[in-house]
Amino acid sequence: MFRDSSFPARLDASGVAAAPFAGQPLARMRLGVTEADDTWLEGGLVAHGLHEFYMAGAKETAALNGFVLLLAALRQHQHGREIIWAREVKATKQNGHPYGPGLAELGIDTDRMTLLALPDAKAVLRAALDATRDAAVSAVLIELGGKQPLLDLTATRRFALAAAENDTMALLSRGTAKPSPSAAHTRWQVAAAPSRALEAHAPGVPAFALELLRQRGGRDGLRLIMEWDRDTASFRIRSDVAGTPPLSRPHPAVVIGGAGGERRSRAA
Amino acid sequence: MNGGLARPDSPFALVEKQRGAMRLAALSRQAAELGLACGMALADARGIVPDLATLPHDAEADTMLVEKMAQQCIAYTPSVMPDPPNGILLDITGCDHLHGGEDSMREKIAVLFRQRGFTLSMGAADTPDAARALSRLGGDDICALPLEALDTDETTRTALRRAGFRSIGDLVGLPPAPLATRFGSQLVRLLDRLIGRKDPHIVPHLPPQDIRAELCFAEPIGRHGDVLDAIEWLATQAAGQLTEAGQGGRAFLASLYRSDGYIARLRIETGAPTRDPALLMRLFNERIDSLSDPLDPGFGYDSVTLDVSHAEALEVKQHSLAPEQGDNGDIGPLLDRLAVRYGPAAILRFAAGNSHIPERAGFLAKARNEKGEYTGSMHETSEPPLRPLFLLDPPQQVEVLAAIPDGPPRRFRWRGEQHLVRLYEGPERIAPEWWRRRLGHEQPGFSRDYYRVEDENGRRFWLVRHGLYGRETDQPRWYVHGLFA
Repeated sequence: MFRDSSFPARLDASGVAAAPFAGQPLARMRLGVTEADDTWLEGGLVAHGLHEFYMAGAKETAALNGFVLLLAALRQHQHGREIIWAREVKATKQNGHPYGPGLAELGIDTDRMTLLALPDAKAVLRAALDATRDAAVSAVLIELGGKQPLLDLTATRRFALAAAENDTMALLSRGTAKPSPSAAHTRWQVAAAPSRALEAHAPGVPAFALELLRQRGGRDGLRLIMEWDRDTASFRIRSDVAGTPPLSRPHPAVVIGGAGGERRSRAA
Repeated sequence: MNGGLARPDSPFALVEKQRGAMRLAALSRQAAELGLACGMALADARGIVPDLATLPHDAEADTMLVEKMAQQCIAYTPSVMPDPPNGILLDITGCDHLHGGEDSMREKIAVLFRQRGFTLSMGAADTPDAARALSRLGGDDICALPLEALDTDETTRTALRRAGFRSIGDLVGLPPAPLATRFGSQLVRLLDRLIGRKDPHIVPHLPPQDIRAELCFAEPIGRHGDVLDAIEWLATQAAGQLTEAGQGGRAFLASLYRSDGYIARLRIETGAPTRDPALLMRLFNERIDSLSDPLDPGFGYDSVTLDVSHAEALEVKQHSLAPEQGDNGDIGPLLDRLAVRYGPAAILRFAAGNSHIPERAGFLAKARNEKGEYTGSMHETSEPPLRPLFLLDPPQQVEVLAAIPDGPPRRFRWRGEQHLVRLYEGPERIAPEWWRRRLGHEQPGFSRDYYRVEDENGRRFWLVRHGLYGRETDQPRWYVHGLFA
């Protein structure tokens, strides 16, 4: 071969040393929920950073990837470039393929999104890294579930650096995997939350139960339920004030873990 | 030139069924010397040569072999045309001096074919028809050839023989008009082409490239870096030619000519016309990386060419004086690189189809340029999405408990887990597209009733009942067709 291009190459010295934005305030992307943005995240998610998302239980794929995708869409609204979604071919067999009309109904511009169906995890990581380094991309969604030996601290560090240098947001959707050491700015756990019922017991707008598992240089433990509002293209916190309470048990808007407040009975 | 299969050890023939009998289609030299001829019935041939080895004749393989050898001959001249069943025409005008003159070139070509086991007979003349006749019939004077040199039907030849003509030479001096009157204008045309009174046009096997850059080396090069440098230099040259023509290339072909005659070809395509050598080099690097067997330089490459096989108009852009804000959102180069590395099937876009059947209304398409608006989107403000984020293909069957057979689902079992339906909306009935079916509306297929349901944990599914209870089927089946965010 002309050159070794296998994925986990060594980080070069400049790469390790690079902290290009050290000392500068980091660009933030607001989620649109004051409790999360201001109280916990110091202004929002780091816009050119790496974020990790885990699934709370089995069969939450759609909630997990839906939430991550909506973050990418938010980033696209702010930044205005393309979204790349990299996944393995076999993911289609397990969880189906992303459905254009469904994406459009969430308010996502499918014309500015490209899906990469790649043969294996190595290809996904390599292609996603290339995409993260590309100036024409605003967000990269990397869907890689399960145990991934290639996705170690070095690999995530490489993604974080590439995202920081090229002003891209890298979103790592890890499915049911166990959290492992990584260079991500934040780590979240995502589950579907019961929606607020519409008339005649119809399911309502998408709702997500989130838990902030880890935040680099910040607090963790935030738990909240957010709803996606397609019309304003933003998240809003779930407030059960309006409308009929659909749940048999009360669901507070924000419950702060460990603060003696009421914890959600379902393990999130 | 005439190439035929020959085996040195024993008489050998290829047979083919013609006019209801097995007949000889091709012969080895030994077989021909024993008195066999093409077209002879196999039974007669066995009478003459009892131990004649035979194999079925494969005309298609012959054609492919001739095509392949024609490719090899491109080393001698760019104008090569396969002349089935067993000939190759080369237009060596202006090429023979590159190979040390006509005789030396003939010798080289003879060696090429002999090494590959062909029996070759060659003829060179001023027109292709003459060269063809000379190679098939032998000799070197066209006038001395018999009437078979004319590529006409047997009736005309018999008529000529009856009129006392024996060779081409007898016809050459005659005025064409009476010949045409008596034997047809076709004969005069063929004769003109044969003796060079008219020069017919050869359709070249390789269409000449408009834009091509070439680099020959005094000594073969073997280092990868040198090869890449050579391609880069060629890309710069081609970029210059493209700029002059106001064009950008969409497809490029780099050919590396190895000194032993092997040609390695690297083909790249881009999504938008380009002439940027740096971009081309990235794509060529990707192509080389993704080769299943890496480039083997062997004893080195003695020349490298770069063809722009497809070009489109690309205006020269004026760069603004102010520094540009990065490359402004052009994702094309990235997707080109990924397509070269993983194949175009890996790069998918969301396409819309004109149908109300969900899996046809939206699908993933390879073509990068295909875009679609999802028409008939039924959402109103502040309504939840009515179409799922993921579509299962194929839908997965579930066991459903419903209060009444055509009612909404109460609980269902999917992948070994019970889901209790907390909220539901539906049915949204989607009728089958009977006009796509072979039997039309006589057997239109089943209608589908879609339900948007949410289970007690907040997971949202798109369930479908396949078939209307009582009208289309007595036991409708249920499937999960999609997953909502």
